Amino acid sequence: MTLMQKFLGATAAFALSAGAAMAEPALIFDLGGKFDKSFNEAAFNGAQRWADETGGTFREIELQSEAQREQALRRFAEAGANPIITTGFAFATPVEAVAGDYPDTKFVNIDGWMPEIPANVQMISFQEHQGSYLVGMMAAMASKSGTIGFIGGMDIPLIRHFGCGYAQGAKAVNPDINIVANMTGTTPSAWNDPVKGSELTKAQISQGADVVYAAAGGTGVGVLQTAADENILSIGVDSNQNHLHPGKVLTSMLKRVDVAVYNSMKSGNDIATGTSVVLGLAEDGVGVAMDENNAALVDATMKQAVEDARAKIISGDLEVASYYATDSCPALDF
Amino acid sequence: MDIMPKWAEVVLVPLISLLLAAALSALVILGIGEDPVAAVKLMVSGALGSTYGWGYTLYYATNFMFTGLAVAIAFHARMFNIGGEGQAMLGGLGVALACLYIPWPHWSLALIGAALGAAAFGAIWAAIPAYLQAKRGSHIVITTIMFNFIAAAVLNYVLVNLMRPAGSMDPATAQFPKTVHLPTLHDLLAPLGISFSKAAPANVSLIVAVLACVFLWVLIWRTRIGYEIRAYGHSESAAKYAGISPVKITMIAMLISGGLAGMMAINNVMGEAERLVLNATEGAGFIGIAVALMGRSHPLGVFLAAILFGFLYQGGAELALWTSIPRELIVVIQALVILFTGALDNMVRLPLEKLFLMLRKGGV
Repeated sequence: MTLMQKFLGATAAFALSAGAAMAEPALIFDLGGKFDKSFNEAAFNGAQRWADETGGTFREIELQSEAQREQALRRFAEAGANPIITTGFAFATPVEAVAGDYPDTKFVNIDGWMPEIPANVQMISFQEHQGSYLVGMMAAMASKSGTIGFIGGMDIPLIRHFGCGYAQGAKAVNPDINIVANMTGTTPSAWNDPVKGSELTKAQISQGADVVYAAAGGTGVGVLQTAADENILSIGVDSNQNHLHPGKVLTSMLKRVDVAVYNSMKSGNDIATGTSVVLGLAEDGVGVAMDENNAALVDATMKQAVEDARAKIISGDLEVASYYATDSCPALDF
Repeated sequence: MDIMPKWAEVVLVPLISLLLAAALSALVILGIGEDPVAAVKLMVSGALGSTYGWGYTLYYATNFMFTGLAVAIAFHARMFNIGGEGQAMLGGLGVALACLYIPWPHWSLALIGAALGAAAFGAIWAAIPAYLQAKRGSHIVITTIMFNFIAAAVLNYVLVNLMRPAGSMDPATAQFPKTVHLPTLHDLLAPLGISFSKAAPANVSLIVAVLACVFLWVLIWRTRIGYEIRAYGHSESAAKYAGISPVKITMIAMLISGGLAGMMAINNVMGEAERLVLNATEGAGFIGIAVALMGRSHPLGVFLAAILFGFLYQGGAELALWTSIPRELIVVIQALVILFTGALDNMVRLPLEKLFLMLRKGGV
């Protein structure tokens, strides 16, 4: 500990001044990197919005290795950053391990899960299956061939969760619909491989798909590009990606990571910790993107159907099965 | 007779290469408007200026020692094992199985058991490409690269479908039991009255890695099989003529190589994370190639090069934490070091050799 302080004093004067002034929030991006046009970028946008509105500053780091998770958490906590916001489920275990050592620091994790949440940790999770259900409905309604595609990043529970909601929504509209699902890869590069995303899109088109939903981080950029080039429709994820190819992107499954990060930074030290926050359709945590870029693609019946389903899910009349609940999916095999 | 004295070969060439890489990195840092001197200071103090920094540097170095040795032993048999990454992944699986399903009474026994499990899994993963090379002539570079992807797919399947605790979204195994917790350098040095950072992940595997360096030196230069491996590496036809079986040497060298790469898992899986995560190896298998190249396939060279790369990793992390230098640029700096020490070796070596020749002529 003393050596730690010595180091801080010797090298990073600005780190000390940060600790002395009002606590700066810190944001730790997952391995996908800050500018993935998707999940991490949404987090960055939320933080940036907070910084622009309040004139505050925040610390950030893009990780390069697994061992840096705990390291970054500890370094930011020791430098006095508060709250410390982490993106990605892989942070759950490191946060759990570190939180006890820094009781005065608030930690926020987005997407993670832990059996018992420590007193100074807030877990934020999104009901991705609900939003995916709605885009699945839209995909089935927009499809003329009766075949739609799903391109995930890696074959992990989170992505199956997305795909499962999508398949349920599509089957609710058209029980006979054919869903082609592929995963990009098995290494972390799967989250940032637009070329592979493009190849998979072409493969799915050759199998008849005319709407493709990408839930694959930066890989999705290649999916959307190829879909636009080949003149079929695509569905973006996490951020509103409709603007990437106006008139070619049917919609985007919004996951408002930006709002979650913004709210966490705004609450600062007053974050409600020791609990988990679940953001679904009712909280506008997830949703479908409707704007001028996709207005021509979404007709009134489609809009109405989505609105109805949304209202039913919120009221509880319609329950979308969550992959997490049973570790299996009623509508799609992985 | 050697053109250059030994010390120039071992110390001067890598040092000049490093300085060149550092100079070029400084230009890059200047180019994006940051202060290179401050950056270097931050890297050095962050990686070597505290026991905390050393703890991380040595943790990374331990990984690189294992994978570097793995590549080095294969080099001696003139084989290019690019599959360290996959072998280390499978080694992780061996460690996880050993730690989760066997009730170890003490960490020391668990370490031996897990190390054996890791080495066995890594060796099995290397055995298939080795067999294909030895018996069928399938090129080892191609097969080992492909086996990296197969390993990733296997690990993905096992973690998501078989070993993930119920309810967890993270594709990782359960936490290992407390009894298999490996002592960190903090725990090891505290009884000696030396205080070492508690947070740093360097652990007892470092000692295993150093022992592995010694073992490999003995094996290569002091045993019959080591002699056969080197002879085979220098000339396959001569080795055959001398009665050395190419199949046997290929298999043995690759099994040792895979075993060493697999043993990396006792450091990152058992020592650090204490559970097996999807992205456990994160490129250490590939860094091992650079480490072996830079260390000229000598265990001592591998040891030193591993520490250098550990320094680059930890120093790079500090840069990312406290400056606005983007992480891509930190990768560029690391890549420059690999480029100069590994690939552009002759650029430094040839002029130096000329210089030494001139000096010698002048002296006579």
